[in-house]
This record gives sequence, structure tokens and C-alpha cells, in this order.
Amino acid sequence: MTNHYCDIKNSDCILIMGSNAAEHHPIAFKWILRARELNGAKIIHVDPRYTRTSARCDYHVPLRSGTDIAFLGGMIHYIIENNKYFKDYVVNYTNAPFIVGPDFNFQDGLFSGYDPEKRKYNKDTWVLEKDDAGIPKRDMTLSDPRCVFQMLKAHYSRYTLDKVSSITGVSKENLLKVYSEYSATGVPDKAGTECYALGWTHHTVGSQNIRTMAIIQLLLGNMGIAGGGINALRGEPNVQGSTDHCILYGNLPGYLKMHVASLDTLEKYLHKYTPESKDPQSANYYSNYPKFHVSFLKSMFDDKATAENEFGYPWLPKLDDGVAYSLMHLFDKMYEGKVKGLFSVANDPAVSSPNAGKVRKALEKLDWLVGENIFNNETYEFWRGPGVDPKKIKTEVFLLPASATMEKEGSQSNSGRWVQWKYKAAEAPGDAIPVGEMTLKIMDAVKELYAKEGGVHPEPILNLKWDYTDSKGRFDALKVSKQINGYFLQDTVIEDKAKGTTTTFKKGQLVPTFGNLQADGSTSSGNWIMAGSFTADGENKMMKRGKEDPTGLGLFPNWSFAWPVNRRVIYNRASCDIYGKPYNPKRKLLEWVGDKWVGDVPDGPWPPMADKEKGKYPFIMKTDGVGALFGPGMVEGPFPEHYEPLEGPLTKNPMSSQLINPAIEIFKGELDKVANASEKYPYVCTTYSCTEHWCSGALTRWQAWLLEAMPELYIEIGDLLAKEKGIQNGQRVKVSSIRGSVECVAMVTKRFTPFQVEGKTVHQVGLPFNYGWLFPKDGGDSTNLLTPTVGDANTFCPEYKAFMVNVERA
Amino acid sequence: MKTEFVKLIDTTLCTACRGCQVACKQWNEMPGLRTKQWGSYQNPPDLQWNTWTLIRFQEYAPKEGDFKWLFRKDGCMHCTDAACVKVCPSGALYHTEYGTVGLHHEKCIGCKYCISACPFDVPRYDRATDKVYKCDLCYTRLQGDQQPACVKSCPTGALTIGPKDAMIKKAYARVKELGGDANVYGDKFVGGTHVIYVLGEKAEVYEGLPKNPSVPVTTVLWKDILKPLSLLAAGGVVAGSFLHYIIHGPKLPDEDQGQDTKGGE
Amino acid sequence: MDITRRGFLHLSGAVGSGIALSTLGINLKPTRAYADELNKMNRVKAAKQVTTICCYCSVGCGLVCSVDKMTGKIFNIEGDADHPINEGSLCAKGAGFFDLTEANKHRLTKVLYRAPMSDKWEEKDWDWTLKRIARLVKDTRDAGFVKTNAKGEVVNRCETIGHLGSSNVDNEECWLMSVKCRALGLVYIDHQARV
Repeated sequence: MTNHYCDIKNSDCILIMGSNAAEHHPIAFKWILRARELNGAKIIHVDPRYTRTSARCDYHVPLRSGTDIAFLGGMIHYIIENNKYFKDYVVNYTNAPFIVGPDFNFQDGLFSGYDPEKRKYNKDTWVLEKDDAGIPKRDMTLSDPRCVFQMLKAHYSRYTLDKVSSITGVSKENLLKVYSEYSATGVPDKAGTECYALGWTHHTVGSQNIRTMAIIQLLLGNMGIAGGGINALRGEPNVQGSTDHCILYGNLPGYLKMHVASLDTLEKYLHKYTPESKDPQSANYYSNYPKFHVSFLKSMFDDKATAENEFGYPWLPKLDDGVAYSLMHLFDKMYEGKVKGLFSVANDPAVSSPNAGKVRKALEKLDWLVGENIFNNETYEFWRGPGVDPKKIKTEVFLLPASATMEKEGSQSNSGRWVQWKYKAAEAPGDAIPVGEMTLKIMDAVKELYAKEGGVHPEPILNLKWDYTDSKGRFDALKVSKQINGYFLQDTVIEDKAKGTTTTFKKGQLVPTFGNLQADGSTSSGNWIMAGSFTADGENKMMKRGKEDPTGLGLFPNWSFAWPVNRRVIYNRASCDIYGKPYNPKRKLLEWVGDKWVGDVPDGPWPPMADKEKGKYPFIMKTDGVGALFGPGMVEGPFPEHYEPLEGPLTKNPMSSQLINPAIEIFKGELDKVANASEKYPYVCTTYSCTEHWCSGALTRWQAWLLEAMPELYIEIGDLLAKEKGIQNGQRVKVSSIRGSVECVAMVTKRFTPFQVEGKTVHQVGLPFNYGWLFPKDGGDSTNLLTPTVGDANTFCPEYKAFMVNVERA
Repeated sequence: MKTEFVKLIDTTLCTACRGCQVACKQWNEMPGLRTKQWGSYQNPPDLQWNTWTLIRFQEYAPKEGDFKWLFRKDGCMHCTDAACVKVCPSGALYHTEYGTVGLHHEKCIGCKYCISACPFDVPRYDRATDKVYKCDLCYTRLQGDQQPACVKSCPTGALTIGPKDAMIKKAYARVKELGGDANVYGDKFVGGTHVIYVLGEKAEVYEGLPKNPSVPVTTVLWKDILKPLSLLAAGGVVAGSFLHYIIHGPKLPDEDQGQDTKGGE
Repeated sequence: MDITRRGFLHLSGAVGSGIALSTLGINLKPTRAYADELNKMNRVKAAKQVTTICCYCSVGCGLVCSVDKMTGKIFNIEGDADHPINEGSLCAKGAGFFDLTEANKHRLTKVLYRAPMSDKWEEKDWDWTLKRIARLVKDTRDAGFVKTNAKGEVVNRCETIGHLGSSNVDNEECWLMSVKCRALGLVYIDHQARV
């Protein structure tokens, strides 16, 4: 979230799209309803299905799964055509005035530079022009036909009401209702926010769904303000933290780039990822990248990391350039027999991964599997799953009993970036220990073996700093937490040129802010964005429970710690005009008073940008300092474009000749079957959770109270389709895709209605993904037996939300 | 009597998250039983001996106007003129100092008269313990100056509790704000209930909600005339059957509900 | 941790009875719960209150565990009334948090091991388990380690071990796993952030 949960109360219009907030984030919905109570906010739900969220919104607008970009593209068109954009904001705080390079173009669904063989773009033409001094050219009148604003306008002029209605199945009346309601927030004293969740990410165009909304929010001046922003309501208790610490193939903690093969030295690596800006008004904060990266290497290898050995850079693994190693790639390789061992920690991929039938087959190829959890699940017991003969499975399986969350100390980051400390309330039962302790002990044992026997490339293992236990040899969360924050590794004098002061820190003190990190090895920080979670003297800010709210906006600056540097709303300088006066004086998030910012922790101390000498643009993490309407970072193009899901009801994309996202990777294994627009699988299907269960259900299915409320797998099917198929409410049905099938109970409902798409009737159905064969025995199996192995082109988030099935009476 | 409390259920704020349904079980230590998916989010399908608060889900497509999904938290209404208290031969059911209806389980003899008498069909019988169960509005929590578990858990303010007059006033103010068919339900019958609703639709729209609930005439007859006699007769089963017969005819309350399945597995 | 007077009062009526730990079984005798009610206030006054954060969605709601000082066991969990986000409220999953404690008879309490071709679990101790896992990790890593890729570039990586999870554990545990994976040279590293 750019903002945070309590901040939603400051909104005037809340668009819930790609989320079922009332069911999956019930307490977030408290704040959504509070906005209605306080501001008379309008609440809009755009979703294929009428849900518990829709029931409490001002209105529900059904749209066909996988057509969000068309819907939002139409909104961009509406905003520009009707002059609803916030001009002052767009001109000053976005790249709307920038000039796009002469060779960039877009034709029939493809941007310039496409290579159909590789299904990848060469982005050389996706550039913004610079003047002789290297500063981006601008046309502040926004009239140059090659300026970003005009290019954007031209691109989305194709998203007419008729076209969008025909693709999405949303009536023109409903489109206009949402467009006019939401774009009314494009004025200084109104705020509109967007809440999304897996409903946007679980698509082959997931990242671009979100980017299309980001463009809308920039056009309406809704970024960086109270009650605004783009707010991912994330689905797991610490998914923000686990992402921040990047247990992900492509990044190191703090979103640092993973090392790749072509960058064989630290110098080359730092050169590539340290952006440069010639514009004196751009803070270009990532110019500090080397400080964050070297401090990370120091946190791993401590005094073993020196300038001479490139701080251990050569010890760490390097990915092949341009190659992905996601969960889907892992199971693909495992299915080929190339992966021998797997750690499966507090998860259940045999239920939660796409194309679960393939995943379960892949697990059979493993030599060993280590599971760590508080309950058993379908992954750990794959060797006696449906249709599996244990006597033919060679895998050695370890299932390690873990402490539950209230049985251990540590911190968790919510999606509003609040990092909150948890305390240990009781001992774990039996031999259970925290996952952190398992990690320490397994690695201790590995280190011992390498120390004793030697082995291949032992340096990173033997040199790894790994002393995070207490005097009794138990996992010490506080020690790890301080290592994540970072230390001064030698006495250091920090000079603040702006204030004209110097501060001396002693070796062994904690780094109070990432502004103090160094690239010379004199500081460590396990994750630079968490630097400042402690004071220099060791006060743990994550433990704070102060309830003061000086702005009245619900920032609660003394409750826990929010990264970065306790900033509660990211890009908050954009809430003020170029002179530092708040656009909306009623919701004063920040204000430039005299020579300093007052309010939230600002995005940097510099004056507002009207001060041509010292002032900085507001989007300090962007190289150009402004919000990107033109976003060349995306793999499928700088402007989002509608493509159909991998598996859908249409044979032709109404927008262009490109049916599916041209940049997605196609998996071609024998079990990766696809049936687009097939008569055998005529219904659009989507998957989701319910309030009473969580994710794969691996925790909640073992709980009698929750299981009683939602006992087994069901399919929600519209009453018209049910009648057509002769299916009665409560009957058992078989749901099949080309990849697999599940049996479940039919829930016949008026909450799914058919769509009119390109002149034909398209029905959609949906199933929850909370069930698995192991427990309860009669609860049904994983919905992911149906879903395809395919992911978003940028992130590889699987397309769980749009694929094709058939439904028959069982 | 101490302050008379009223719990207000504003159905127009409820998201059916069922925090209340589970919080009730957690506090009151009622087990979860194995249920079946029967084509509805509503589960258990009805109030049970182990389920004192239940969210009812109802799809409502009026002839005119938009489709609606109605959520209604069901449970004891805590009547002032409580038929269950009137018929209870053992003194198990009683009025608390808050005006709510409490239940001394140790005094319950499992006669089930209350089940027959309740105009809202709330009390439930458990054969294993031979007792009747229902919400007591978290009597011990009220004693401890605490909100009932359901009210505390409610994220959206759909459940609130407070002094009777203030809550009734609040309910009418909310209805005025909502307009349309919104109405207050509960303050005008059986002497006024201590659980009242703000309903978004007319009362008759809601399945299982009596439009004009009243204490059965036969119950009054029972309380004043027959009950003293039945207490003289050992037990009360014969008299209870008689009472049930005169109220409802020969059908007995379903005793097997929730008994045929094992909990938790 | 600092629970204010207001928070404590909100908690104080919120505590389970003397038989709280048997709540999940069908054999519960609710009548006993009523008989014990008189002790509830006394128990909560005597209990230790420990705050935690919910382990389901990422809203980050606060909860308070009431812990019996004699037994060290948690006997009631409900919303933290002082928490600025949930203000004491909880959804169905949060309200049922107690069912994650050891009161839930399905919790894993022993290391379970399944030998190759076996059709059952057997219990093992930590010492044996850690040694065996370390042996497998080392042997697999050493056998499959890739020093250079097809282009001849130095890559120093282990492609034969994957690591999945988890967004369902604490930050400190996440960071340790992230670092462990890199030290071992793993590249197939992923977790629920993607799914």
C-alpha cells in the first residue's frame, strides 16, 4: 500500500476492484465504511461476482474476468476527453510533459521492438528524449504530439464506451456511472483510493492492471495524498515483510537486484543498478544504491567481507540474464527430474500452485522434502495422495513441528508497511520450535559438515555470519532484528550539510536511518528499508504503542514503525503544490512551513520544487523525480494494453490482432495443456477465498469453528446457467478444465449473471481455493487441479482468476 | 435492576464476516461440528445447541429495484415478556438485572417447554447433556462491564450495545437516515426485546423473522394455571407434552439436530 | 508492551473459563462452563496479558492472549481494544485464533519422518533429523553445483534444491531464510508473495 488501512477513512470515493475487501480484509472494510460515515464517501465494487463486499457498496458493477485494463483504459479515455484530470498535478508531478523518443510506436497491439521468437521486447525505442545537458525535454503545455500526455491520449482514445462494453460485458450505463463517480476526485480537495488484491495480480496482465490504475491515480492527483493511493490489500500476515526480505529469486532484501551472470564484478553490478540523473531537481534517491547493497553484503559476511574481496560478491549465486526461477519454473524443472531437494516452509504448494496435478507429479521426483509447519498438509503427504502408491515413491520426507505465531517473538509487517512487534505468550507444544530456530539449526549443521569435510564452493557457507541464538542456544528474534536494521561497524562521524551539524556514532551502535549507510564497508544493514526500526541506542520502535494522532488523519506515528523511516503515506510531498501548500487544507498530510515540512515524515527534507535551487521533485525514488504515466520498466509496454487471458472465451482480441499478452512465457510441458475458446470448456472460471478460510486452507481447515461455517468445496453458478444445465442448488457437480477436474457442491445464485461479450452470452462461474484432499476427508480437493501454468509477464503471478471450464452434474 | 441494556443489530452495516458467530463460540466454549455444504454460505444451517448466534444469508430480488444479499444475525432476542421464562418449570431461565434472559444450566431439566414457547424459535436442545442452550448476551461479560463477545468482535459497528433508551433512539435515527423501507424491529412487541434490529427491508422480507411475534396465549394460561400444578407432579414431562400439544400440536422439537456428526474431524 | 487501563478493562470480561483447553472437543460439557463462571473475573485479573498480531490477512490486527500464570497456558484470545486498526474487533478467522494454540489437537508436536517407499510417518528426534537434513543438503548441493553457465560465465549456484516459503512467518525468520538460501547458492527461491 502506498497509504495504510486507517487512512482509507480519509477518502471520498473508494473503488474496490480486484478485491473482495469485506470477505478477505474484513477489518479493512471497517475503514472503508468509516469513510462513508465521515465523508459520505461513495463505495464502488467492480467484480465478476456479487459478494459480501458488493452487498455493502453503493453499487456493484460486474465485469468479465481478465478485462480490467479495458475497463480502466476506458476510464483514462473518459478522464482526458472530459477534462477531469488534475492539471496542476499532471504537469508538475508526472512525466506527462516529457517527449517520447521518435522511434517509439504502437501498432495493432504491439509496441516497437517486439521479437516474436523470444516473446520479448527490445526496449531501445521506449525512451524519453533528453536535452544536451541530459535533462528530460518537457512541453509544459502538454500539446506536443509526441509528449507523453498526447501519446497517452491517443493510445486510450481506442478504448471507446462501445468497445469497452463489448469486451468487459459491462453496460455502457454502468461504465459511465463508475467513470464519472471516480473521476470526480480529480480536484484538489477530493481523494479517491483504489483497493485491489489478488483479483488484479492473478492475471497474465496482472502488473499492467495495477499500472493502469496508477496512471488514473496520477491523472486525478490521487497519489501521495491522504485518502488516496493504490492500496494492495495483501493476503498473508507477513507477505509485506517476506517480500521486503525478498525470499524471491529476483531480489535481495530491500528489493536490491539479484546478481546476474553478465555482471561478474561488484563494480559492474553497482554501475548497472545505480541510476543517474543530470536534473539537479531530481533527488534520484537510488543513487545511494551502493550504500544499501554493500551494507547488505556486510550483514551477511561481517568482517569476512572486505573491499579487497568485493565484500563477498563473488561468493553469491548469479542468475542467468533474463531467465526466471519462479515457483512455476521450479515445478517445471522438478517435473523434469532436475530438482532433487525442496524446502517447503509454512505453505502448501500441492494445493496452492497452479496446475496442481503437475505439481503433485513433480513432487514424486524429489529425493527429499523438508516441510516446516504447525499442521500437516497435502504437500508433506503427497506420497499418499489420491492415486499415489507410496511404495513407488522414493522421497525422504521430514515434517518439522513449528511454533504457532503467538508462541514466538518477532515482527510482522502489514500491507500498510507497519512493522509490529509480537510477543511470546506461551511455549509451543511438544518438540515444536520457531521456523527461525529450524533455519538456524539446519544451517549450523550444514556449516559444521563443510567445516569438517570441505566441499564445493564452501566460502559463502563458512563465512556466513550466523550467531543469532541466545545463551540457551535458542532463536533470538531481537538479535536478528538488529542485524536487519544494521550497525555502525566502526566509529563514524555523520555530517549533515543542510543543518551544518555533525554526529558521532560509536562502533556497535545501531544505524538510526538508512541515510547513514555507507558503501565502504563501515556499516551493515540486512535490509536497508528497515534501517531506523531501532534508535542508535537500541530502542525497538516496532514495539511502540503510542496512540497520538496529531494530524487527525489516523497516521499514528508512534504506533509501531513504518518503513521507510516511519513515513505513513509514500510520495507525500505530492499532497502539496509546488510551493509546499497542501492541495487539500482540510486533510493536511504535509505542509512546508518556514524552512521545514510539518506533518507526516516527508519524502526527503528538501524544499518543495518551486525552489529551483534546493527544491526537489516529489517522486524521489524515480530517476526523473516524477510519476510515470509512460512506464518503460514494464516488459509488455510503457502503456497498458488489453489482451485476453491465456484461456478465454474469444478467438480474437477486439482491440488488436494480439490475442494474449505478447510477453508472457508459455510453458510447453506435456501437462501444460490449454483450451482457448473450446466448446468442451465453455465457461469462464475464477477462483477465490472466503472469509472463513485462509489461502490453501492449510491452517483453517484444521479448525472446527471455521470448518463448521464453510465445510467443503463449492462452485458458485448463476441461476440462469444452472437452469440451462439442469443443476439444482446443493447438488454435486463435476467441474473440469483441460487439465483436471474436481467434484463439489453447486451453490446456485443470482450473484453471478451472464455477460454479453462481442455479441454472445458468456457465463462465468467461480470456486474457492481453500480445500484439499487430506483434511477434511470429505471436503473436496484443490481448485488448482483446474488452473493453468502461466503467469504475469513481469512477476509470474499465476493466472488463477481467468480460465475455462465445463460444469456437469456429478 | 441495573441499567437495562439493549443490543442493536444494524443489518445495513453487517458484512456477514461471521466474526460474531465464531467469537461467540470462542467465549462460550462451544465446539464446531461437522457440517455439509448445502448450497449456502449459511452454516450451520440453523441455530443449534452449540451455535447461539448465526448469520443468516438470503438472496433477495425484489420485483422492483436492485438485487440484494441480506445478512441477519439471528439469536436470542432477550424479550421483556419472555415466554421461555414464563414456561420454564425449573427456574433455569430467568431475567437478569440487565433485562436480558439468562440461563442457569445446572437448573435446566431438559423439558424443552421453552423451545415450544419461544416466538423467535431460539432455544436449542442437546441430547448428550439433556439441556437447552441459547445466548445469554454474555451475562458474565456484562457483569464485568464488558461488551458481549459478538459486539466486541464486530468490525463495522453493525453490533452495538448500550442503555436501552439510547439504543432505541439510535436505531430510529439510523432508520431515518436510511429512509426507504428501513425500520426498527423489536421495541414494539413482547414488552420490548433487548436485542433490536435496524432492518433495511420490511420485516416480512426476512426469512424466519416473525412479523408480529407474541407470547402464545397458551403460555399465559400455562404460567398462571398449569405451571404450579406441573411442579407438583414429579418431573414435568407429561405436563410438558401437554403444553407442547396445546401450543404446536403433536410435533416435537427436532432433537437430533447436530447430533449425528462428530465434531472436528 | 503497554496495555492501558482501558485496554485491560476491555479484556477483563473476555476470558475463558477453567475448562478452556477442552473447548474444541465434542465431549465438552458446557454445563461445567457455567458453574465455573464465577471464577472468570478472578482468572482474568490474575492472568498475564500478551499482545500479538493476527496471522491471516495482512491488515495486522492486534490480539491479546490471556495466559494462566500457574500453567503458562493461553486460555482466551480476543481483539486488542487499544489497537488503532482493529479497535478490538476481529473477523471469523481472527475470532477463532485460540484454535491455533496447542488446544487444537491437530497441531504437530513431533518431528515426523517418512522413509523412502514407506507408507507411514515415524517420529524422530531433532538431533538425528538435523544431521540427516544437513547431510542431504550438502550431498545434493555438492553433486549438482553449477560453477559456470552455458556461456562460460561464473554463476556459482545450486539448481537442484528449491526453497518455497514463507509469508506466514515473522520478519526475522524471513530474513534468515533469504540469507540462508543465498549462502547455499540456491536460485529457485519463491514464496506466497507470488501465489
